[in-house]
Amino acid sequence: MIDIQMIAVVVLIALGISAAVLKRNMIKVVMGIGVMGSGVNLFLVSMGYVEGGVAPIFTNTPNLTMVLATPQALTLTSIVISLAVTALMLSFSVMIYSKYGSIDTRKRRLKE
Amino acid sequence: MIDAWLEFCSQNAPALVIAIPLIAAFATPLFSRISEKVRNIWVVLSLLATFRVTATLLHNVLDNGQVVYTLGASVPSLTAPDGFPFRIILQADAMSAFMAIISVSMALIVCIYSFRFMGKKSGLDKYFALLLVMTAGMIGLVTTGDLFSMFVFLELLSVASAAMIAYYSKGESAEAAFKYMVVSSIGALMILFAAGMLYGQYNLLNIAGLAGVIEFTLIDKMALVLLFSAFALKCGAVPLHMWVSDAYGEAPAPVSAFLVVASQAGLYALFRISFTLFGGLPGIATMGWAMIIFGLLSMFVGVTMAIPQKDIKRLMAYHAVSQTGYMLLGVGVGLAVINDMGSLALFGKSAMEGGIFHVINHAMYKGLLFLTAGAIIYRTGTKNLNEMSGLAHTMPLTTIFFIVGALSIAGLPPFNGFASKLMIYESVFLFNPLFAVIAMVVSILTLASFVKVFHSAFMGPKVSKSAKGGEVPLSMWFVMGILAVLIIFFGIFPDVMLDNLVTPAVDALLNQAGYIGGVI
Repeated sequence: MIDIQMIAVVVLIALGISAAVLKRNMIKVVMGIGVMGSGVNLFLVSMGYVEGGVAPIFTNTPNLTMVLATPQALTLTSIVISLAVTALMLSFSVMIYSKYGSIDTRKRRLKE
Repeated sequence: MIDAWLEFCSQNAPALVIAIPLIAAFATPLFSRISEKVRNIWVVLSLLATFRVTATLLHNVLDNGQVVYTLGASVPSLTAPDGFPFRIILQADAMSAFMAIISVSMALIVCIYSFRFMGKKSGLDKYFALLLVMTAGMIGLVTTGDLFSMFVFLELLSVASAAMIAYYSKGESAEAAFKYMVVSSIGALMILFAAGMLYGQYNLLNIAGLAGVIEFTLIDKMALVLLFSAFALKCGAVPLHMWVSDAYGEAPAPVSAFLVVASQAGLYALFRISFTLFGGLPGIATMGWAMIIFGLLSMFVGVTMAIPQKDIKRLMAYHAVSQTGYMLLGVGVGLAVINDMGSLALFGKSAMEGGIFHVINHAMYKGLLFLTAGAIIYRTGTKNLNEMSGLAHTMPLTTIFFIVGALSIAGLPPFNGFASKLMIYESVFLFNPLFAVIAMVVSILTLASFVKVFHSAFMGPKVSKSAKGGEVPLSMWFVMGILAVLIIFFGIFPDVMLDNLVTPAVDALLNQAGYIGGVI
């Protein structure tokens, strides 16, 4: 049986990579990486999913099945990191736009 | 009192080597508000403290084997309560401590160099804060024993490096930083994905724990390929080298020197994955061949791309790619024969020693070359080789340091590049003579390229643009001098480095059972 969330993971990562590789607008490249990050985060969370589990707060629900706590902690950290990365890349785009008046990657100056 | 304090530092060294630069980084802007001098003293003091604790860690590791430190446990040595390592564990063996000491030493040199090089530019509090964050990221990456914290430290390093590359905030440097960030964040996401794949199967994130139970299923192979290519990307091996020339070329010169060490942290992670996480599995020798092919491609493509460059830093950046190839070749030969004890003892181990020795030599001479490039830029204000001439008239010390660096990177005696390259040639020749021939040809091309730089920048008549000003300020040539003296010292006495640091590091890398036994 194929898990539905794994299909979503594959679609999100594929969309993210294709946007990052094929798009020429820098903002779209940043969006692609964001989408890809969401795909990876979904993958991590679904790794720790337990059928019928609740949120892993032990003191609230000592007797119920809980989903695994570690992937959730990982995902939280990873979301924070993607936020920093996205903000940094967008600020680079701002710098490039204010210098060249364009965020098209074909109009770049760095060449061999 | 002081003894108790030193004892505390020694016991908590693995945590402190990450904590000190990280705390110091966020305190730097505060000290910067008092005065520039206080900030400079603060940055140097915190780096010296980091250096001292790293030296203690190295000393402990060399004396007593690896040091394991469990974060959040009541006793740091309590790695696996109930036989299951669920906490984040810092694990420093000789290889980690070796890389950590390289990072801190270069951080100190780059920091002292930057005081005069950056001069009165604005935003220097952030510059030094980011320098410290980069140091913390590197040390964290090399001392962690956990796949997920490896990802976290890698991202910390990438974000700080990208911000440093874009420091000049011209269009080109922002472009280079954007490229670096896109490439490294995709790489880091692949590492996270691979960590998720391994976690889903074995319920573990600890490298030692995973190495003990890994079975080499299809999913493990996919995870290996993802991790391998992502770290090969971080160290700038050839099919994945396109960010190196831009990033090294556009960053401020001291940052380029530090980025060399940052790439080597990626190289460390590549070796750790190949030798420890997946080491001992029957198929891993194939990855040794992959590493050799990456290495040969990097050496050859790097040097041929370097020859036509006109921008001095871009040229040196391509040489950095080319030299990374030597390390990959040396260690790759060791990995390719890892399951064949006879060949490993005959030439595999000495090839690895050559490769690992080349890591520290590369950090020294490539650091020195980037700093001399910085000295030239500091005086002439240009990176274009066609616009500089006759600098030997006005900058004699920089000229000498450049010659030392250039001859060392070309692998001529009595410089340290010769010592490690000779080990690589000799042992790789026994593995496959053709590879040794390629390595030597690349060295000759490297020499040709640096003769070109030397001739066009330092020889010839003085031109008015480059003639103004004399030698660079004392703090700048002093740190370059330290590197030059070290290069000559380790070229004449390579055994000092080999016996004390390199051989223990290679032994630690090959001792997979010891790494696993430290945790479980």
